[in-house]
Amino acid sequence: MGLPAIPIVSDPGLDETVKGLTPEKIAKVVNRIIDSETAARFKVYMKTCVHCGLCSDACHWFLSNDRDPRFSPVGKVKQTLWEIIKRKDSLDPAFLKECSRIAHTECNVCRRCSMYCPFGIDIAYLLMVVRRICSELEMVPQFLQDTVNSHSVTMNQMWVKQDEWIDTLQWQEEEAKGEIKTARIPLDKEGADVFYSVIAPEPKILAQLIGNIAQIMAVAKVDWTMPSFDGWDNSNMAMYSGDFETMGRVERYHHEAALKLKARRIVMGECGHAFRGAAYDGPKWLGWKQPPIPLIHAVDFYHELITTGRIKIARKFKTPVTVQEPCNIVRGRGLGKKLREIIAATCEDFTPPYPDFEHNYCCGAGGGVINCGPPWKTSRVKGNEVKAKQLAETKAKIIITPCHNCHSGIEDIISGYKLGMHVKFFSEILMEVMEIPDELRA
Amino acid sequence: MYEFVSGPLVWIAFIVFVSGMVYQFVTMLRSARKDKVIYPYMSLKYSLRSLFHWMIPFASRNMRDRYEVTIVTFLFHICLILGPIFLLAHIAMFAFAWGFKWQTLSQVAGTYMTIVVILASLFLLLRRLMMPEIQFVTDPSDYLLLAIAAAPFITGLAANQQWFDYQTTVIVHIITGAVMLMLIPFTRLSHMLFFPFTRAYMGSEFGAVRNARDW
Repeated sequence: MGLPAIPIVSDPGLDETVKGLTPEKIAKVVNRIIDSETAARFKVYMKTCVHCGLCSDACHWFLSNDRDPRFSPVGKVKQTLWEIIKRKDSLDPAFLKECSRIAHTECNVCRRCSMYCPFGIDIAYLLMVVRRICSELEMVPQFLQDTVNSHSVTMNQMWVKQDEWIDTLQWQEEEAKGEIKTARIPLDKEGADVFYSVIAPEPKILAQLIGNIAQIMAVAKVDWTMPSFDGWDNSNMAMYSGDFETMGRVERYHHEAALKLKARRIVMGECGHAFRGAAYDGPKWLGWKQPPIPLIHAVDFYHELITTGRIKIARKFKTPVTVQEPCNIVRGRGLGKKLREIIAATCEDFTPPYPDFEHNYCCGAGGGVINCGPPWKTSRVKGNEVKAKQLAETKAKIIITPCHNCHSGIEDIISGYKLGMHVKFFSEILMEVMEIPDELRA
Repeated sequence: MYEFVSGPLVWIAFIVFVSGMVYQFVTMLRSARKDKVIYPYMSLKYSLRSLFHWMIPFASRNMRDRYEVTIVTFLFHICLILGPIFLLAHIAMFAFAWGFKWQTLSQVAGTYMTIVVILASLFLLLRRLMMPEIQFVTDPSDYLLLAIAAAPFITGLAANQQWFDYQTTVIVHIITGAVMLMLIPFTRLSHMLFFPFTRAYMGSEFGAVRNARDW
């Protein structure tokens, strides 16, 4: 078909693993996963797909790579699963490496394509089956695997030790107290209304976000807590590498930490994938229909604080803004409307992107793709040109992104395409516009 | 030959079709139990909501974006399913054999519906040949399945218009029809059976679990 060559990227996670694989080892894993871990969905999806290609236009990778058919959702399934099914017992290691490249680094499992398939085939799920097979053969990009190893050893994504965690919280409490007298980060408080959890990059590299939430909680007079022990990190990269055993452990720790503190509900920070893991991928694997205690995303929480008047808006944010709607909370939890409402309540000049809500394009970073690290950054940024165009058309200066993966992914797109825009979490907007009563000021 | 294809072969085809569909249906229900998420997540309300948005032309975004495919595929499926059921010649066969009949289409309507199926098949073929993203995922079986679906209509039209020897054309027509019926449960033509269920599950997961729209 005369398609351009896919640039070769060196990644020890793939290049070294390939040396130790044999067709026999691969066949063993493939047969086990296909026979005992998949059932109706997998089998019916494979039988039902009529190869119509109508999913193609859903994929930002396809749209951004000059409609290269290798990047269409069904194209990715063809290059991986169709081959896997066709020659189960004679798959060569180099093929598995290709599978990992496609499933781990060129698909964000954002589920936009399942909204475009007339049959509603969950193509992202099919690519997750590929990731599962790769992960069971240790064929995972090295940076992504490192985060999984960290989860497995420390129960958080970034090798944060417990003393560092507690120390960071105390430091941020000090910072917050410098602004608001009553700001506290209550550790291990039993029976609090809110158990607040964050992803490990917050204490590691974005600690000020924890200070911000301490101030917001103080102004809104929320009865809240954070755990001093494992389970504080709500992120879950094992969910994306395909290491579902570790995924299940991580999710169980998170929910059990909240249960241990007898919290009434969990509020999760501004991260989409973490919410997906806690709200459905984790529970699904653990055999829970629903999470054991109520669980809401930060957007839902801020909506509650603003609409009930616990946070009042002193002045609206003036700079023109648009929004990046994170797949895992908008397509994944229907929070699009609430997100718009809190933006309307806090920002003066908002331009919606097109397409938007459930149909918004993925940031290109989620689904574990950004966690595959620097080797894959070029292809990731190239694979989301369509997002750059979409954002540029809004002519906004600030992009509100209530998700960590989106945040980093959009930053890369802004610099890659020289958009001259900036990214902010919603909490950062809120910090600028909320009314702080004088008696609370330090 | 005619006696065989118009009698026993039709019986065989229907028996294979019906039992094949039942087999696939039961297999699906069984393996859905193994796929632990399906039964707990299934919701009638959201299944119907999803089916509604994907069975009404242009009620979903992709159907509006790809309007030409929407128009052609709706016409194709409607004519392909309803045409043969209400075709005068088919009902006459049943009436002769069993003595009962039902509402029929006019001769002209039957012919037009057949032509629509043939033209739509041609459209689907050209689309497959011309669009790189479809060509990339096409294998010989895709052409074969399209041919299997179109063949009874091409031969039916040929018989109706008496382009060739009538008796032979009718025999070929019945054989192609029987082949299509028998293959539906065992090939990707089984999307006829699975469509409502894949749609219903996705609708349920989007609606009941994700609180979002899937159209």
